[in-house]
Parts: sequence; C-alpha cells; structure tokens
Amino acid sequence: MLFLTRQLLSKRGDAVFGRALRQASKYSRSNALSTLAILEQRDGQLVQGSLSAVTAGIKLGGPVHGFLAGSSVSTAAEQAAKVNGVEKIITVENGAYDKGLPENYAPLLVENIKKGGYTHVIAGHTAFGKSVLPRVAALLDSQQISDVTAIEDEKTFVRPIYAGNAIATVESTDAIKVLTIRGTAFPAAIPEQASTPIESGVDAKSEATSEWVSEDLAKSDRPDLSTASKVVSGGRGLKSKEEFDKVMLPLADALGAAVGASRAAVDSGYADNSLQVGQTGKVVAPQLYMAVGISGAIQHLAGMKDSKVIAAINKDPDAPIFQIADVGLVGDLFEKVPELTEKIKSS
Amino acid sequence: MSALRILVPVKRVIDYAVKPRVNKAQTGVETAGVKHSMNPFDDLSVEESVRIREKKHAPGGVEDICAFSAGPPKAQEILRTAMAMGADRGIHVEIKEGEELEPLTVAKLLKKSVEEQKSNLVILGKQSIDDDAGQTGQMLAGLLNWPQATQASKIEFGPDDAVTVTKEIDGGVETVRAKLPMVITTDLRLNTPRYATLPNIMKAKKKKLDKKTLEDYGLTNEKRLKVLKVTEPPQRQGGGKVEDVDGLIGKLKELGAL
Repeated sequence: MLFLTRQLLSKRGDAVFGRALRQASKYSRSNALSTLAILEQRDGQLVQGSLSAVTAGIKLGGPVHGFLAGSSVSTAAEQAAKVNGVEKIITVENGAYDKGLPENYAPLLVENIKKGGYTHVIAGHTAFGKSVLPRVAALLDSQQISDVTAIEDEKTFVRPIYAGNAIATVESTDAIKVLTIRGTAFPAAIPEQASTPIESGVDAKSEATSEWVSEDLAKSDRPDLSTASKVVSGGRGLKSKEEFDKVMLPLADALGAAVGASRAAVDSGYADNSLQVGQTGKVVAPQLYMAVGISGAIQHLAGMKDSKVIAAINKDPDAPIFQIADVGLVGDLFEKVPELTEKIKSS
Repeated sequence: MSALRILVPVKRVIDYAVKPRVNKAQTGVETAGVKHSMNPFDDLSVEESVRIREKKHAPGGVEDICAFSAGPPKAQEILRTAMAMGADRGIHVEIKEGEELEPLTVAKLLKKSVEEQKSNLVILGKQSIDDDAGQTGQMLAGLLNWPQATQASKIEFGPDDAVTVTKEIDGGVETVRAKLPMVITTDLRLNTPRYATLPNIMKAKKKKLDKKTLEDYGLTNEKRLKVLKVTEPPQRQGGGKVEDVDGLIGKLKELGAL
C-alpha cells in the first residue's frame, strides 16, 4: 500500500512529500526486514524461473526489491516490474555482468546489499545462484542456507540434507541471511499488471579475474526440465543412446513432456548430462514423472520424489521405484513404451 | 608457469550407498556403526590432482599435492586413502567426534591453510553428500579473492598460468578461463577415480600426516546456524501395480495426471 501511495504521489509531482515518505520507509527499513531477490537474465531476457526468489521474498514479509545486472537489462527489468508485490527493481547496466562471473558479480551484490541495508538475500539454487551466492555470503561473513524448501519465519528455514533423506530445520543467527531456494518449492511469481519503479544500483566496478570463453547449451523444443509439468525420464534400461532417443523422445512428444535421465543413463552416454535428475543433477517436481527403466536409487529419488504423480515402467518387479510410484507397470519397456505412446497419441 | 602446489580438501561422510536414518532425538542422522567413506566429489578432486601430475597436464609441473581434512579422528582414514591415490602428504585438523563445521568455518580454515602451504590451486568437491550445501569452494575463493570455476568437467592448463575450465551449468556447459592461483570444484563427469592398490595403501602409511587443531589456525567452531530439528521426509506410499498399458493410462487419468 505504501509504495502505491508513493507512486501516485510521485506521479502528481509532489516531490517534497514523496521524499519524506521515502525517508520514513528508509528509516523503518534499517531496523526491519527487507529482501533483495536476485533475478537472472540471459541475453537481456528475464529468466522467468528466477522470479521464484520474489515468491520466497514475499513469503518473508517486508519489502522485496529485485536485482538485475547486465549490458541491456531494461527489457528484463520491465518484465520483472510487472510482478505484483515487488517494491522496486534495481538494475546495474554494465556488460561486465552479462555472464554472471562470480569474481565481479559477488562484489557487485555485496555493495548493493550493504547500500540497501537488506536483511535477506535470495537467489535460486541454479547454476548461477550456486556459483555466486556462497561467495557473496563469505564476503558478508554470513553462513548461507542452500536449497531452502520452506520458510518458517524470518530466521527459520527448512532444507533437505543427505539427498533428501532427512529434512533439517535451521535457525540463522546471521545479521544478513543469504539463501538459495529450491525453485520447485517456490513457484515463480507471474508478471502481471504492476509497474514497479526501476532504479539504478551501485556499480562496484570490481574487476573480473576470470574470463568467459564460450558455452554450449543443449537445444531442444521440448519444455525446460526444471519447470515442465510433465517429465519422462529414462535410465540404464534403455541400453543405448539410439534406443533412448527412439523410445523416450516420441513418448515425451506425445505427452508434451520434458526429457530427463538417471545418472546411469548419463554416465553411459545415452543422454546429455544437463538432463540428469537427482541429487547431483536437477531437482524436479512436475505433475507427472514417468520413470522408464530406472531402478530408483537414493540419489535419483532425491531429484524427483516431490513429483505429484509418479509412474514407473520397469521389468524388475522388485525395483525400489515401485515403492514410491503411484502407478507401476512391470514389463519390457521396449514393448510397453511404444504401446503407451501410440495410445496417448490416438486418445 | 608456476609449479602447482595443490591443496585438496576431503571430507569423511556416510557412504553414498547407505540410506541415512534420522535419530530418535531428531537432532541429526545416525552415524554410529554406519559405513563412512570419502565424499564422492572429493574422490574426483584427488584423482584430478594426481592425473595433472601423471599426465603432465600443467606446463610448470606439480610440486606438491596436499590432502586436507577437518573431521573426527577417523577422518585420517580418508586422508590415507587420498595419499594411497597419490597425494604426497596430509593435514588433519581434528574435530571432536559428533561435531560438525559449517562451510564458512571450513572456508576460513582453508584460507589459512592455503596461506600456510603456499598453495596456488585448490580443488574441492562441488558439494558434500551429507550436508548438500555446495558452498565451501566458492566461499574460499571469495575469502582469498581468487577466481573460481565450479562444477568442472574439464580442466586444461595453458601458458602464463592460464587455466581453462569447462563447467556444468543448467542446460549445458560453459567454459571460463582464469589465472592461477584459483579455486576449482569438481563435477561427476570430470574423471573416474582410481582404486587405491594394496602396495599404494602400504606406501601411504609412510607418508607424512600432520595433526592440527582449529586453535592452531586461530579459529573456533562458531555456529551461525542452529539446527532446530532433523526429521524424516514425508514417506510416499506406492500406489500399486497395474496389469497393462491400458491400466496405466486409466490410473493416470484417474489421478488427474493425463
């Protein structure tokens, strides 16, 4: 409500009163909770999944500011500005931050965190968040809390340990709480009609001591694995890359699903490493997870057991996956999956 | 090119194949009588360090590979394993049985150790499979103000102390380059760790293992996070099996998944 009033005021051009209000909120902020949600951009486009940090920030209560840095962040910032519940978007326009190199991005965040007097800093538990946030935490002398799945209050957080075989509730005593959050536990905030003000942050201008050389991203027309509503995942039972592609891809297309894989399938070269689901790969929680030729090792279950419905097709009736699957079919996947694909297509 | 002085931090954790059980008091998981081994990602760090030497990957050569662990007395076993794989020596910072250090404390400890050992490359696992925090390497790089490359699947050395690292990222790989000194964390695809052979295990017993304490480094086990409780995750109940593909489709429709 406060920021709405302020927007109206600044629109009317009532600068004096506007400033007084800003100061009042600044004062209260120095004591009270406020959150910086780190947003990600890629080639100037907002990474929608990073809006999970906003969802988590709103859950904490208190004002939430979004943060974006890169050479052309205005489009991404405007997209983020549409999200309800964000007080402002802070941007730093500088190509030095395009690739999110931790050596200069971490000091950049530290400067902006100190300037804004934030009590909470949140980023997604993504490749970017995992690389940059611990560095930020160390520079702030704060013990980061990784892969948070629930926020109980401003200092109490829940996170899985031991590949999700235990759930720890921890209380942070740090002045600045630095968190990475599990995207599947905090659905990304959806841009709506808000028009949050966009402000420039401080550019720390520290030098990047590493240099970005190149990237090679797996291209696919299928939905993104981490956010897909349906995932079909193949394991060692697929026997070869050719069979994996021949059996799994048509099923994925029939369902409109993303493709995942077990570590065994990735290690054997049946599927790209970026498709790995599990403790050391991606964590997914789709509406439907269909495990094909996957036994269900602890490390795989860590990445998918929060799925709404789990289906399994495996020829071994004793495979551990059947203990957690909502529906299981014992049979040869090379027969059952093509049959399933046909029947889904024709229905 | 500087000769490499590699520091390899390793952690003793519950073996990856063991299903951990939460203790009755809900303060942690049962560790007594449970098989422990080296954190799998640290296995990769040791292997990579030894390969850099054996395959002469670094133009300046490898002067020293020092394995480092902060843990209970039994952590010495995994330091011996690291030495049997090819590390030259070990440093053990003894922590009381049952005590744990938080990643920030480990990073501070490693910073002091790096300075003491004059290390110019630290290779750590990307995460330990017990706490799953995935923070120590990045925190250490931040404290040292060194460049970092996380989740490495390939490490290459060039002239003028340049190190090129291919990293696993969401959706593919990314390659970055930096100069020594630096911090690298390992991903599973980096290599396949060797098994220590019996002769090497015997030889490792003669290698130097320094024993230290946190106090030697001017540190205490300061906890920033208070563990309020540790619980079992909600158990999923299997929903049983169906006879055929039609049964599968029927059940999925019933569950609203199709």
